[in-house]
Amino acid sequence: MAALCRRFTGFHFLLVLVSLSISSLVFGDWIGDDEGEQFTEELLLKPLPDRKVLAHFHFQSTAHPSPDSGHHHHLFPKAIAQLIWNRAPCDAVGHFMVQKFQIRDLELSFTQGRWNYENWGGSDPISSTNAKPPGVELWATFNVPVVEIDTTWKNLTHALSGLFCSSINFLESSTSYTTPSFVFGLNVSNIRYGALPREAVCTENLTPWLKLLPCRDKAGLATLLDRPSIYKGYYHSQKLRLTSTKLSGIILEQTLTIVLQPNIQRNSAHSLLDGAIQPSWSISSMFKRNLTGSCVLARTSRILVELEKNIVSKLEELGHGGSWSNSLLDLSPNPFRVIKEVNPFPEESNSILFEYVNSKEYEPLDVGIKWKLPFVWSSPHAPFHASRFLMGSGTERGSIAISLQSTKSDEYFRSKSNECRMQAVVFQVVPWYVKVYYHTLQIFIDQKLQNLSDVIEKIRVTPSEDKKLPGTLELVLGYPCTVQSVALTLDFDKGFLHIHEYPPDANQGFDIPSALVTFPNLHSSRIYIGDDSSVHSPLLLKFQEKNVVLSYTEVLLVPFTTPDFSMPYNVITFTCTVLALYFGSLLNVLRRRIGEEERLMRSKDANKRGLIPSIVSKITSKLRGMPGSKPLLIFAVVLSVLFHYIVN
Amino acid sequence: MAVKEEGDTSQQGKKSRSRLILRLGALLVAHSGLVSVVCCAAGIIAFILLPVLANNTYISENALMPGSADPAFSSQEVLDANRLTMDILNRGAAKASGIEIAKLLREYIVAVGAESYYHKFVPRANKFHPLHFFSSTTDNLDLPANPSCGSFILNAVGIIRAPRGDGKETIVLVTPYNSQNTTYSDAVSLGIGFSIISLLSHVTWLAKDIVWLAADSRYGEYMTVDSWLKDYHGPAFPGETSRIVDDACFEENNSDSLDHIKVEGHNSYVYKRAGTMAAALVLKVVDKKEKEERDSLSIYAEASNGQMPNLDLINIAHYLAVHRQGLRVKIGSIIYFLKASWVKLLGEMLQHITTLAKLLNPKWKLDITSADYVEGTATLASSIYYQALGVPTGSHGAFRNYQVDAVTLEFSPRSSLNNENVRSAFLLKTGRLIEGVIRSVNNLLEKFHQSFFLYFLTAPHKYVSVGIYMIPFGILIAPLPIVAAALFSSNNGSSNKDGSWKWLQAAKVVFLIHLWAMITSLLPYVLLQLPLVTPSSFTSAWAAVAICFLLITYLILWSSSIDCGWELLKSVMIVAAAIGLSLMSVINFSTAQIGAMLIVPMCLLVKPARKQTQGVFAKALMLTSNLALLVVAFPPAALLIAKTLFGASGNIDIGDFWEWAQILWSWNSATYMYLLWIHLPCWVLCLNIFLYPCIGSSSKA
Repeated sequence: MAALCRRFTGFHFLLVLVSLSISSLVFGDWIGDDEGEQFTEELLLKPLPDRKVLAHFHFQSTAHPSPDSGHHHHLFPKAIAQLIWNRAPCDAVGHFMVQKFQIRDLELSFTQGRWNYENWGGSDPISSTNAKPPGVELWATFNVPVVEIDTTWKNLTHALSGLFCSSINFLESSTSYTTPSFVFGLNVSNIRYGALPREAVCTENLTPWLKLLPCRDKAGLATLLDRPSIYKGYYHSQKLRLTSTKLSGIILEQTLTIVLQPNIQRNSAHSLLDGAIQPSWSISSMFKRNLTGSCVLARTSRILVELEKNIVSKLEELGHGGSWSNSLLDLSPNPFRVIKEVNPFPEESNSILFEYVNSKEYEPLDVGIKWKLPFVWSSPHAPFHASRFLMGSGTERGSIAISLQSTKSDEYFRSKSNECRMQAVVFQVVPWYVKVYYHTLQIFIDQKLQNLSDVIEKIRVTPSEDKKLPGTLELVLGYPCTVQSVALTLDFDKGFLHIHEYPPDANQGFDIPSALVTFPNLHSSRIYIGDDSSVHSPLLLKFQEKNVVLSYTEVLLVPFTTPDFSMPYNVITFTCTVLALYFGSLLNVLRRRIGEEERLMRSKDANKRGLIPSIVSKITSKLRGMPGSKPLLIFAVVLSVLFHYIVN
Repeated sequence: MAVKEEGDTSQQGKKSRSRLILRLGALLVAHSGLVSVVCCAAGIIAFILLPVLANNTYISENALMPGSADPAFSSQEVLDANRLTMDILNRGAAKASGIEIAKLLREYIVAVGAESYYHKFVPRANKFHPLHFFSSTTDNLDLPANPSCGSFILNAVGIIRAPRGDGKETIVLVTPYNSQNTTYSDAVSLGIGFSIISLLSHVTWLAKDIVWLAADSRYGEYMTVDSWLKDYHGPAFPGETSRIVDDACFEENNSDSLDHIKVEGHNSYVYKRAGTMAAALVLKVVDKKEKEERDSLSIYAEASNGQMPNLDLINIAHYLAVHRQGLRVKIGSIIYFLKASWVKLLGEMLQHITTLAKLLNPKWKLDITSADYVEGTATLASSIYYQALGVPTGSHGAFRNYQVDAVTLEFSPRSSLNNENVRSAFLLKTGRLIEGVIRSVNNLLEKFHQSFFLYFLTAPHKYVSVGIYMIPFGILIAPLPIVAAALFSSNNGSSNKDGSWKWLQAAKVVFLIHLWAMITSLLPYVLLQLPLVTPSSFTSAWAAVAICFLLITYLILWSSSIDCGWELLKSVMIVAAAIGLSLMSVINFSTAQIGAMLIVPMCLLVKPARKQTQGVFAKALMLTSNLALLVVAFPPAALLIAKTLFGASGNIDIGDFWEWAQILWSWNSATYMYLLWIHLPCWVLCLNIFLYPCIGSSSKA
């Protein structure tokens, strides 16, 4: 069987190789809809209000399920395909078809830095899908029976941790993942969620991520990923989103969202206060690389430049809406197409996308914006800004507070109706060693303590279990839209851990992963004109999806009492001393015969000697190791203890 | 230790049937007089030797790496600092309202791209909270009935988010200034603070967030910093009253600046936070008139109840100041000791002894010059004094309540700051120093835990750790239990019938006196309700009521006709004092050390004045020493003596005692409790024994 198997795979491999070479010889560009595999690459650039630039890379590979292809793919990364349909090598023969991790949906993100919801936007599609908490976040839904989910999850974490050179396998332990029931709006029981806030993100995670691309970073948009420039940014989030359905096959979205600061010339003292002047930038100045040509395997390769609606409204004021070269800014080179957003509120301006097609092989496509006038605008905010902090002092107890502060941004939303009600879902996972008392939940709305039943529409609490389960709080709050601030507080006790339960770097404190606040009745979706079949852009399709507006809060650091980790040594020496003393005296007692000793003493008293002769005799007896060594022993032990103390 | 060994060797010859430990104990008790003399002398000598035993400081945490990077603070930042300084002085002179400077600072902070907000609070006076000694969180907000604009304090706060950091930790920089009377040095310190912010807003190495608090110290900088910290660690909901005042006071400001919308914004009063605090630096500039040859830096570190920041924090500041910026580092010292001739004499003697000791064993690193000794003693004295007082030496003390390590760095230029060159060089040095300290703390992965928390400083680079300074204290209080046991056993031995329970009578007396002392300590709470005005009237009322209560206590004691010999009374009193001192040494070591130096000799020596002793000379000696100790150990008397000794000139008023006590309790100092719960009853009992009427009733030789 095994021999047959090997032969067959070898034959198959040869076949593929031959067919590959033939097809590439015959059709210069054979990558198409045949085989049902597609790859697209897109880059979105967007100036941000605080003199920074957002770059969002979107790579999408799709593999349609086709019985012929089996487990071989032309473009689709095999490692990922195996995550979903992992078949034994001999499955073509029809024997044991092992479906390894029946993943329906998976999202894995590696993030460094924090998304600035105030300046970079909180309600647009980019922020609601690509703003992620620092560290690693992973959630997945499975297509397996409920009892198998946990084992599948554990295997999945190991597979991913090997694939991405990271310690995702720490999510294997039941203390670090949880089962949210309604936060993600998905099926109740088959989802698992886990986060590692302390995971450092670096190039070693990017390289395997790039290896999933058909051109890696050798051609196409990915060539822009110059490591020093992208890791110098203010936010760096690489994400992998996997969805698989029977109908459409597997869709693998790989996105990389970075926020970069174009170089600012700090030449004079005045430049400091001229905060309104936006820095001019171009692709080559930001990435220190030139973009020449696309990945030949990509079906489309394009660059989009987005101007937010607040910029557009300013442009319209100046009288040139939608033009790319005007008195405010200069976009170069000329875009291939202009795509406008359609807004349900016609009186407002809409954002504009300028599209560039990345096709020229020899001439670098250097998209850039040159600002001519000082200009200040603001990004669209989420209606409430979520933040979280610790309260109290001391190493014994404290409380977690989550506050939602109104940003007063959605004026239209506010004016719409007085009885409009806002919904907010709070999802908070707390490690078991932070013992949260959920009954102490207090909710303040506009600084007034509320009756919980008035505010909470739905709540689900999974209390933590020592060394087994993290505590999970899911909460749906409902309150009027006109509210200024909402605050939740929860008291906790800091657990007292066993010495081996402390994580590495225990002296820094322990992390509480980010809480997630979503606003289920707000969606960040955009509709574009000119979105006909000719603009078949997965990125724009993504923007048109109805995504819930959400925001992640800060990671919290809880300082704990930590033992002196060098203490075991001291304890060992101390215990040994005590044991020695104990056994010494015990042996002494067992050995002793009191009556005999008294008789001896009496006889000694009879022939009493002077002080000095007796000392001399004692010393000589001690030297000979004769009875009477007990005081010497004790004296030596006392001395050694003292010596140990002084030396330490 | 020495005593034990001595006992051990002298015991060798003796033959007794009991166990060795018991024999040793019995020996010590039998020779309690000798033991107590030896121990007291050894304890005090070892205490005096502490400056000799001090070790050089070293940076214990390797991650700090101070001075390993070149400072980026350049003349550009100096220009920034100068510009802000000038702006503050110009604007501050133009408009005298307290919020002008805060607004200006916020504009500047926003301009460099940092987040910023106003922190606003109503100052409130410290009150006597008898039960709030160890919990500094007072949550009763007693707002004035009709708050006016002037009663609010507005601080400008800037936050730099670390570009790639996760925002879990933060470093706080505080620059106090007085908004009503902004001096030139205040403006310069704000300038330095801003230049640091402007530098850090574009550095790439930042891993922790930076918070800059420009604290308006109109009503005291401690209160401002403390209230900001309280809000940081509390819910910080701006109350309804403050919102009303908001509208009333800041309306015109919001309307006049349409072009400042981005500066003011709608949420400029929303309190923002930035993670757990890793360390805090309070930065001050003092413009001294007299010239020195170098710019200098004074470090203040004592927080409430003798808590100190981690020694590493002081070490970094000292290392960078001395080895990188060439500043002269000073730490508070008591001038009396610098000038006292007896200290100098002692120093010379020690110099000779240590050179002799070095001849014996060159490995002993004990050599100290006389000048070093004098300076070490003066610095140690100030270190002990400020720790014992229990009152923080600056606004860094507020951070300690939240387990945050903080120091105050007070810079003073070598000559007046009006000189352009002097100022630029000064700004460059201070800026680079602070940048270096922040960078070091930023390198830190863990919280400060490597180095010492319990130490005294004898010089900026020398420390005495807890392992060393506990020894003199231990030796000093060791005779207390021995003497107590000796007195008890001698008394028990003499009167055998029902004598074993006689000590309960003595314990009752001691308990009643302690109860009296406790009531006395709570009296100020009642007195504050009375319509008294001057501190002297408070003092006299306090003293009068306390004495009345004491007399009542004695009446109760006499009416119940308790007759327990003075030996038993002394024995129980000594036990109480020993327990009290040991407890206090855990809470605030310095207080316990100073207290022990006063109490222990008094407790050991005290004897009824009427007791017959052989020899007139011995009796006179005993009487005078008893009297002297009784006078010195009385807290007000001790205060007076200290005041005259340490050169506080001027007339001494009765009211001073009240003010002094007020300082102690308003800062939640445990020293207040020590003085009134341990020291005072002990003193009263000693006085009681000294004036004991019935000698010979129980003590017969």
